[in-house]
Amino acid sequence: MSIYTLGIDIGSTASKCVMLKDGRDIVSKSLIAVGAGTSGPQRAIAQVLESAGMKREDMDYVLATGYGRNSLEGVADHQMSELSCHGKGAAFLFPEVHTVIDIGGQDVKVLQVENGVMTNFVMNDKCAAGTGRFLDVMARVLEVKVEDLGTLGAQSTKYVGISSTCTVFAESEVISQLAMDTDKRDIINGIHKSVASRVAGLAHRVGIRDQVVMTGGVAQNTGVVKALEEALGHTIHTSPLTQYNGALGAALFGYQRYLKEHQA
Amino acid sequence: MAKAVSPGVQALRKVVDDVYADARKAKAEGKLVGWSSSKFPCELAEAFDLNVMYPENQAAGIAANRDGEIMCQAAEDLGYDNDICGYARISLAYAAGKRASRKFDPETLEYIIDPKSGKPLKDADGKVVIDPETGKPKKDPKTMQPYTVLDDIYEIEALPETTEKERAYKNFRREAIKPYRQMRMPQPDFVLCCNNICNCMTKWYENIARMRNIPLIMIDIPYNNTVEVHDTNVAYVRAQFDAAIKQLEEITGKKFDEKKFEQACANANRTAQAWLRVCDYLQYKPAPYSGFDLFNHMADVVTARGKVAAAEAFELLEKDLAEQVKTGATTTPFPEQYRVMFEGIPCWPKLPNLFKPLKANGVNVTAVVYAPAFGFVYDDLDGMCRAYYKAPNSVCIEQGVDWREGICRANKVDGVLVHYNRSCKPWSGYMAEMQRRFTADLGVPCAGFDGDQADPRNFNEAQYETRVQGLVEAMEANKAAKEAAAK
Repeated sequence: MSIYTLGIDIGSTASKCVMLKDGRDIVSKSLIAVGAGTSGPQRAIAQVLESAGMKREDMDYVLATGYGRNSLEGVADHQMSELSCHGKGAAFLFPEVHTVIDIGGQDVKVLQVENGVMTNFVMNDKCAAGTGRFLDVMARVLEVKVEDLGTLGAQSTKYVGISSTCTVFAESEVISQLAMDTDKRDIINGIHKSVASRVAGLAHRVGIRDQVVMTGGVAQNTGVVKALEEALGHTIHTSPLTQYNGALGAALFGYQRYLKEHQA
Repeated sequence: MAKAVSPGVQALRKVVDDVYADARKAKAEGKLVGWSSSKFPCELAEAFDLNVMYPENQAAGIAANRDGEIMCQAAEDLGYDNDICGYARISLAYAAGKRASRKFDPETLEYIIDPKSGKPLKDADGKVVIDPETGKPKKDPKTMQPYTVLDDIYEIEALPETTEKERAYKNFRREAIKPYRQMRMPQPDFVLCCNNICNCMTKWYENIARMRNIPLIMIDIPYNNTVEVHDTNVAYVRAQFDAAIKQLEEITGKKFDEKKFEQACANANRTAQAWLRVCDYLQYKPAPYSGFDLFNHMADVVTARGKVAAAEAFELLEKDLAEQVKTGATTTPFPEQYRVMFEGIPCWPKLPNLFKPLKANGVNVTAVVYAPAFGFVYDDLDGMCRAYYKAPNSVCIEQGVDWREGICRANKVDGVLVHYNRSCKPWSGYMAEMQRRFTADLGVPCAGFDGDQADPRNFNEAQYETRVQGLVEAMEANKAAKEAAAK
């Protein structure tokens, strides 16, 4: 009989679920673009179960992670930090991984992974610079969609430095560039380099070893990935499942815990 | 029921209570009272029988009593930037006469209770009583407190007292100031500053001296780039000790009493030795107490290390600990699963929040850098100069790493939790590199979190909990890997 585990990752800006069969096959997944403290978690859970045609009771183990992990009392069997879950998810997708860079809505984390397990980490301090929120703010000022930033930045022909490391001040820097008629694509490229420089500083603190894997929503932005590759001097691997990586790790840990509890 | 406290801990508490009580008494008798930085050579003040109070200890107490924010804001309103150390802001506001006080109605002279304050009411079985109307826990009226407001002692003293009503109002306003000892510390007649513990201290004490128009005795200890304290460094400090003695003679009108000085040095050495032995008990597995207890005992090392009572109290605690080790008893209220070094000053206003995830995960703090940083022992005056040259923020990174890695090894830690303290830039600045070295040299994971020693606005509980959980998971993985390798 198959074992079904559900991983739920409630982030600050999105709720993600991944359902796994036997700790190996992804049965279904869901993503709702609002996170902790909203209807997002319940909707994401309902969606992932519905698309698999299953119920909560059919799940052998449910593990919650992310900023809102402790808000799922009665739903989740266990909670773990998103740090371990991102390490686990990345190691499932890229077995040779040693460094995971996760840029989420409000935090940046760099994980050291050994044999698929997180052994050390660093996170950003209380500052939104370099996070997904930073890019959201910039996209709004530039009147472009956040998902178009990567494509637009790739068309840049001129270097424009965004020097500030503070989201609020960087925003005013971008506004003054716009006032000077600077090409939006060059500004976007400058923003990507600014994010990369901030994240690279953090990554150097924990140490960078190949393979380097980037997860979280910002990994979908090819401009940030490229700028980060240049800043680090390492190839960065990403997956189409990047946004689901934390939930995937949670489902994998859920499977491990289920086996351990039932063996015992 | 109150937690049982050992005789040693009781004695240590009394020592600090006495320091504050004696200073209040001295002030009332018209004697001179001073304020001193924590690592100023207290032996000099002891030689003149001076009553000295410690603003760092006071600020920690004010912060732990949840009045850090109102006092920090008061300092900011006086023009001090909120990037300045929280202890300094609290102390500067206090020196300016600002006090955390209880709100009252000026007509009825009755306190105005804050409905949000207080602890949940519990029934005879210890269960929380739920209010059937609101569905929320009922509050224990005995624990409810008035709103906290800011007051100013100089404003109070300037109030008229011609009528009976005016006198009653003035007296009530005096009474309304929070009654705990740190909020009732006498104003200083002189200040003693040694900037070995931090550089912000220099301007902090200069400001107090200027604000109160009182003498300042400054002993400057430059940051030391080498592990060794060279003879030229010693000569520089020795000359300042001589100048400080001269200044103290002028302030007190007394001659320097060499015998009293020697006795104070002997006491300080005895206290330091007992302190170190107490710290060493954290090497036991499980530890008989927690590093968080050590933070509390720090008050004695700071405020009374030159007094024989402090040495005796630590020696008594040592005996208690020896007994505890024999029976396997510990003050840590949970089974010790992991042992960590806690790096930095705790977030005093958020101590319960700091402790909660540690307790939930069985993490005991068994190492803190204060052990070697305050356990200094010396033989002569030059040795004393060398000892005061070594404080957590005046030593080079090699010395700092060596201190910490030494206690991490001896106290067998599984990980390191680093407080990136917004109040303490010199301490936090080099922690990123130290963290890297701890992992490389000790093979243990480290986690850092943002916070503040006194200003609660700089601490985020959710962020802290994630980092602690991450650290626990990394320690678990590390342990499993080591066990697998051993097989």
